[in-house]
Formats: sequence, C-alpha cells, structure tokens
Amino acid sequence: MNDYSKFNKNENSVGIVKKKQAAFSDKIKLESGMLFGPISIAYETYGTLNSDKSNAILILHALTGDSHVAGYYNEKDIKPGWWEFMVGPRKGVDTDKYFIICSNIIGGCMGSTGPGSINPETSGPYATKFPLVTLGDMVTAQKKLIEYLGIEKLLAVVGGSLGGMQALAWSVKYPKTVLSAILLATTARHSALAIAFNEVSRQAIMADPSWNNGHYYDKKKPNAGLAVARMIGHITYLSDESMRKKFGRKLQDKNNFSFNFNTDFQVENYLHYQGKKFVERFDANSFLYITKAADYFDLAKEYGKNSLVMAFSKVLAKFLVISFTSDWLYPTYQSKLMVKAMKKSGLDVSFCEIKADWGHDAFLLPSERFIEMIKNFLKNTYREI
Amino acid sequence: MRYDLEIIASWIEENSKVLGLGCGEGDILYFLKNKKNSAITGIEIDESKVAVCIEKGLSVLQGDINEEVLDYPPNSFDYVILSRTLQQIYNPLELINSILKIGKKAIVSFPNFSHWTIRTQLMFLGRAPVSNQLPSEWYNTPNIRVITIKDFRKFARKLNLHILKETAINTQNNDRTGKIVKLFANIRGSYGIFLIEKNKASRRFI
Repeated sequence: MNDYSKFNKNENSVGIVKKKQAAFSDKIKLESGMLFGPISIAYETYGTLNSDKSNAILILHALTGDSHVAGYYNEKDIKPGWWEFMVGPRKGVDTDKYFIICSNIIGGCMGSTGPGSINPETSGPYATKFPLVTLGDMVTAQKKLIEYLGIEKLLAVVGGSLGGMQALAWSVKYPKTVLSAILLATTARHSALAIAFNEVSRQAIMADPSWNNGHYYDKKKPNAGLAVARMIGHITYLSDESMRKKFGRKLQDKNNFSFNFNTDFQVENYLHYQGKKFVERFDANSFLYITKAADYFDLAKEYGKNSLVMAFSKVLAKFLVISFTSDWLYPTYQSKLMVKAMKKSGLDVSFCEIKADWGHDAFLLPSERFIEMIKNFLKNTYREI
Repeated sequence: MRYDLEIIASWIEENSKVLGLGCGEGDILYFLKNKKNSAITGIEIDESKVAVCIEKGLSVLQGDINEEVLDYPPNSFDYVILSRTLQQIYNPLELINSILKIGKKAIVSFPNFSHWTIRTQLMFLGRAPVSNQLPSEWYNTPNIRVITIKDFRKFARKLNLHILKETAINTQNNDRTGKIVKLFANIRGSYGIFLIEKNKASRRFI
C-alpha cells in the first residue's frame, strides 16, 4: 500500500475516529471443521445507522491493511486511514449517507485474534499453534461482528484485492445479507503466479533464523525475512510502467555506481524503505497465515463443486466489478472470468476495466472516474432497495 | 434521445428484460429502465462510456459484443437491441444467430446504404459515398458492411427469421428529429429498423 497522506485533514474528512474491538467468547466453526475461540475482531465505524438499518456498508481491507479505512486517531495524527480519498463526507463512500463498517480479519495482527494473540490455554502467544484459517473463516468471524452490531442486511460489501476476495466470499456465504458487492482488482482464486510470489515471500520469512518456527514473540523478530517478503509484495503491486515512470534507472543520492553491494538505484532504496517500515507494524506469522489463506481461496472449489457458475447460483447480490489495465497480480482476465460466471447465473453485474498505469495498487489511488463510479453505484443501489 | 432510439423504445413492452449491444452512454437503456420498468443490461467496449453508464445506475459490462453475447443462457432477454452497429460487425450471421439464441426478439437498426444521396454520389461522382449517416472516408470508416433495407429483408429470409415490424426513417438535426418513411423506403429512408424473431414454424422442427 502506498503512502498517499497528501490530504488535508481539515477538509472533508470523517475526522477523528476510534478503533473498536468486539470479543466473542463462544467458538466459531472453521471450514476445516475445527471449533476455534474465543475470538475478537477489530473494527471501525463511521456515519450513522438509519432507523430501518438499511444503509450499512461493510468495507474489507487488503492483505496488510487494517480497519482504519478513513479519518485520524487524534488531532496530531498526520496519516489518515488507507482509503481516505474514497471514504468520508460526500466522497465515493459517503459517510453522511451511509453507516460504514470496516472490519479487520482473524489471523491478522491489527487488533483481531491472530498468531500473535495470547492462547488462553497456554497463556503464551499462539504462534504456529494458531489454526490455518481460510478466507471463509475470516468472513464467518466478520458475520459475527455484523450480527453483534445488530445489522441484518448490508447495502454493500466493498473490497479490493484480498478485500475483494472476502467480499466475494460474503456474497456467496451469506446471500440473504448481501444486497450488493463492489469487487476491485480481485480474483476468485489465485493464479500460479500469485501463489509463486506468496511462496517466495513466505520462504524469505521462514529462512530467517529469527523466525524460529514461529516462536519469536519474546525474542528477536524475523525482520530481515519479513522485509524481503514485503519487498516482493511491493513489486507485484506496481507495474513495469509505473516502476519505469517512478524510478527508471535513476541512482540514489549518487552520480556513479558504487561498485559494491550498497544501494545504488532508487528502486532499491524504495524497496528497502518499504520493507523497513513494514516490519514496524506487521507480524511475520500473520503474513504467513494470511498469504496461505489467500492461496487456498478458490470460490468455485469451496462453494460450487469446482464451478464458478454453481458457486454464484444462490447469490442475490448485484455486482460492480472493476479491474485495472496494468494489474499483473490479478489481471483483467480473472475479473472477466468472475463476470462471465455471474452472467451465466443470471446476476445483475456491471464491469469496467479502468486504464491505469499503477498496477495492482491502482485501487488505492484516487481517480475521479473510479470514485464517481462507486459513488453512483451505491447511490442507485440504495435508491432501488 | 435520438429519433431512431425513440422508435426502438416504442416497440418495447413494459417490464421487459432488455440487452443493449454497443449501448454507448446508455440513453435508451436509461429510458427503458426508468420509463418502461425494464430490467436492462448493456455491453459497450469503450471504457469512458461504460463509466458513464455505471454512473447513471445502469448495469453495463465492458467488452466485445461478439464475445459477450455467448455467455448468456438461452432466452435470457425479451429483447436484444443492436442499434447502428450491424454495419461494423465482421460476422453478422453469427452475431444475429447468437442474439436470437439469448433473446426472444431482436431489434436491429442500420444506416440504409441505398438511400438516394448515397446512390447519387456513387453514380454521379463515382466516389465512395460519405453522408450524415456514414460520415467517414473509405480509409477510416469503422463501417465494414454495406447494408440496404432490401438486403436485410433477404438476409432475414435466408436465416429463416420472422420480421415482426420494420420501419424506415429519415432523420434531421443530428438524428434528434425525424420522420417515418412509408413510400419508397429503400430509397428515401436513411435508417432501417427491424424487429425480428426466429421463425416459429421452423423452431418447431429443430
């Protein structure tokens, strides 16, 4: 995810927000059949739920995101939530009109139960004793949160990348709850290419001696491995075009090569910086768990006996699917495969491939067309219910 | 709305399921959705036009009509509209067949190549005709098929289609206004509009 904290917090922002947590003492049934609990989920809400509870929108975040989708935590906070340009008063997802919930995922490390949480049975961190939760399990946990908030119907579930995969799973698992879904730069299952990048990232973490089979919480953390994993991720979020425009072959603070293995190129410096920043906020085990869940996710296999059309057969939601031309992680053809299956299932679906040079990351960057499309899709869906 | 689209809209019954191929910015689909309570879907290849449609609240897919029509189950729509696009289609036979598989009826409109202005240009100037309806030069026109109203009737017979309605129109003011042409339609009409379906009799034998 990029740093796009160029927005002035005084103008048109949802303002000061608070991270909340919902705890559930009873166990949830995982897709593996195992019962797991207790769990807690971090979330944030903005706007006001109307009297007939018909204006709730659930936003789902990408791999390393969190529930902080918009606004600031306090007056001194300089960095807004990760989708500040999209979520706020009169913005694409309008906090004046809708009640917006952004939920974190179990398995993560941003306030929900994950491998770094304390296992009540041992009083130590779960580490790799944490169960391998699937995307469907993450959604099961989110459904508990929505019920806890007293919401029966979601006007829309919205997500990009891994968030889009959660939104897909939501629409299939809970067809009566989800009235519409906005799927951005996402896929119904990972390609070999996506799995390959994830596996290299995981290997980087597990090859770090500090990883210690996942038991590092009271020791030195596998930061070197996690930083490399993040660097690999960043390459997949960009594109040849965006890297050429952003860095080219420009050198970092020098005019000639150093003729050693120090940083020469700007692109190297950028990746190092991203890696270094990432390890301050993310848990290596969570990275392993979430990428594995993403690789396992296969909507057709899990919910449609290997047929996407069958997976969508009970779905009632209408869809807006958006892909980006330069996204090579989840290329347009993967969105089109979903759209094709939706058409065959007789679903109401709109699809647009937006021209953008910024690769997979494009859904995190402001563009007027992108914002207007989402704004009006929500407006029309809200009017039609 | 364009005059030819007004005619097409008038042919569509209320509460129908309608697919608009090459729907542009969705003018007719917007009308049908809001005035005739139609359940509409559009297909358009141009990204910016698709965006405009979605912003209007229309369900529109970005894609190539020749491919997109293949995904729908049979008889998914009451009407499939192919307005002013047939002349740009590489394989009209295949497309019309696909359309009448997924739609119970189809409405097809096209610029009439035997309009008198076109005939006279070819006859007296000896040049590839350029008209209001077909404004491009031979080297940059997207229109790769020349169709006349008479030719379309013959085409329908060949495909064993039933022509339920046909109208020739003559338009003015950038097609905003127009008139229905009754006499000498193949000479005086600038556009032909046809409502077609598969021949019921032949369907029975399939």
